[in-house]
Amino acid sequence: MGMTISEKILAAHAGQEQVVPGEIINAKLDLVLANDVTGPVAIQEFAKLGVDKVFDPEKIALVADHFTPNKDIASAEQCKILRDFAKAQGIKFFWDTGTVGIEHCLLPEQGVVLPGDLIIGADSHTCTYGALGAFSTGVGSTDCAAGMATGEAWFRVPESIKFVFNGSQFQPWVSGKDLILYIIGKIGVDGARYKAMEFTGDGIRSLSMDNRLTMCNMAIEAGAKTGIIEPDEITLKYVQARAKKEYKVYKSDADASYENIYEFNSAEIPLQIAFPHLPENTKSVDEASGIKIDQIVIGSCTNGRLEDLEVVAEILKGKKVHPEVRCLIFPGTQQIYLEALRRGWIEVMIEAGAAVSTPTCGPCLGGHMGILAKGERALSTTNRNFVGRMGHPQSEVYLCNPAVAAASALKGEIVHPREVVKNG
Amino acid sequence: MGKAWKFGHDVDTDVIIPARYLNRSEPEHLAAHCMEDADASFAQNVREGDIIVAGKNFGCGSSREHAPLAIKAAKVKAVIAESYGRIFFRNALNIGMPILECPEAVAGIDAGDEVDVDLQSGIISNLTKGTTYQARPFPPFMQELIKVGGLIPYVKEKNKNA
Ligand code: SF4
Repeated sequence: MGMTISEKILAAHAGQEQVVPGEIINAKLDLVLANDVTGPVAIQEFAKLGVDKVFDPEKIALVADHFTPNKDIASAEQCKILRDFAKAQGIKFFWDTGTVGIEHCLLPEQGVVLPGDLIIGADSHTCTYGALGAFSTGVGSTDCAAGMATGEAWFRVPESIKFVFNGSQFQPWVSGKDLILYIIGKIGVDGARYKAMEFTGDGIRSLSMDNRLTMCNMAIEAGAKTGIIEPDEITLKYVQARAKKEYKVYKSDADASYENIYEFNSAEIPLQIAFPHLPENTKSVDEASGIKIDQIVIGSCTNGRLEDLEVVAEILKGKKVHPEVRCLIFPGTQQIYLEALRRGWIEVMIEAGAAVSTPTCGPCLGGHMGILAKGERALSTTNRNFVGRMGHPQSEVYLCNPAVAAASALKGEIVHPREVVKNG
Repeated sequence: MGKAWKFGHDVDTDVIIPARYLNRSEPEHLAAHCMEDADASFAQNVREGDIIVAGKNFGCGSSREHAPLAIKAAKVKAVIAESYGRIFFRNALNIGMPILECPEAVAGIDAGDEVDVDLQSGIISNLTKGTTYQARPFPPFMQELIKVGGLIPYVKEKNKNA
């Protein structure tokens, strides 16, 4: 019987001809990732293993992105553990303030994660790299430590669920963010628990890499082990310019088996808003319009990429952020920041009255750089709107795409972008 | 061989070990409060070798490794469920707590039945009713991992022999 792209990647890395869902395999890893929050814990576990050296200093990525630039003394100490370890182990892919970006924007951009790779990361949004046709999933610190030592991890082969988007025409302003929020709204936050979500159809093939990365990023918000998209010309064009090593393209067989198949008509999907306090609480923007907002957050590993900033600049150009709104913009990486600067978008944002920051996870996890007070409400392009995610337990987070966030920044309340853009 | 303790669907990590007890992590402390919010008598009456039998999505919720640790510390031999929360599944095996997926066995075992599990073959025997069920057996490396007590000792062991 045929195999899905996920099954093929897992089989190849386990040295097996075939794998079936439910089977437990031991497989070789192409990359092990950790950040400044999970890395220090994994490094402590690593120390218990009685191993001196990591399995391969070129197959480990350490990214100091959550509480950097060092937020306070405690986070400075955490980051130092990461820095010292990276130096002592000769870790090739280590990024720190000045070069660092948000890990799930940075690793694809730097060509460190590639089609066909098997990747674990001590961060739940490691599933993002499925957009390149890699099998990539989040793990705990114990798994990460063992992975750094051995270059291997065990996996339970997941069942796959196929999500087909028929039609390459979308409603105006609809992006990958709306498609994934729509799916989560339909199947719920555990609708794909333990499964691989495979996104396909001409709707997906018409999406840019930035939009595909956004979709796979939020697979975990449906409980999935990973989100994955078969590589095509768009993928290859993206990776050829960046690849730091060899890669391999896997595709699902026509007779591969899926636990479930969902079909959607691309043209029918409206702009989405996820209401507090779960990403599955989705409504259309029109149903949410008029809700007052205190803070807008644009960025994160979900929507901090160049195309996201482009649409924001397009909407903010020549206008002013509403006087009662704080609009924070976080480019995902230094390269994205620089490119946006060169194209004049950063100037547009600052002139509109937005605060533009160096890349960091910052407000996405309520870490620093924009915490909400009691009773405040944010509209954000990030991926989670759990209780207290951005600050006080009695604050609220609504999720949306960058166009809706920018338009709402101008109005001070949730609006459809057509309200602020002519011909929108 | 041990007695079956039966639970329903969606037993979450807060039921397995309530968050109010997470200020300490010694095994005895966790064992003393294991399953407390589902069955307050469990911790007193569970005996070494007993088996937990549960429905769908056992261990859903938070990523706390304390949940499988509490069950392991209560000396439960194995958990048999229809399915597991993803992170609980990984965490359980990584700390060397055997867990099996077998909906047929869950349907065929009642609370209090005498049950045995052979981890090598994946065969589950209900001695009270005289029935057997086949769960997917663990591959050899996973059996070894469970035997030595989890992922960290397993890797340590492997490195010593390498
Ligand atoms: S941007 Fe937010 S979701 Fe993404 S890695 Fe950082 S904290 Fe996690």
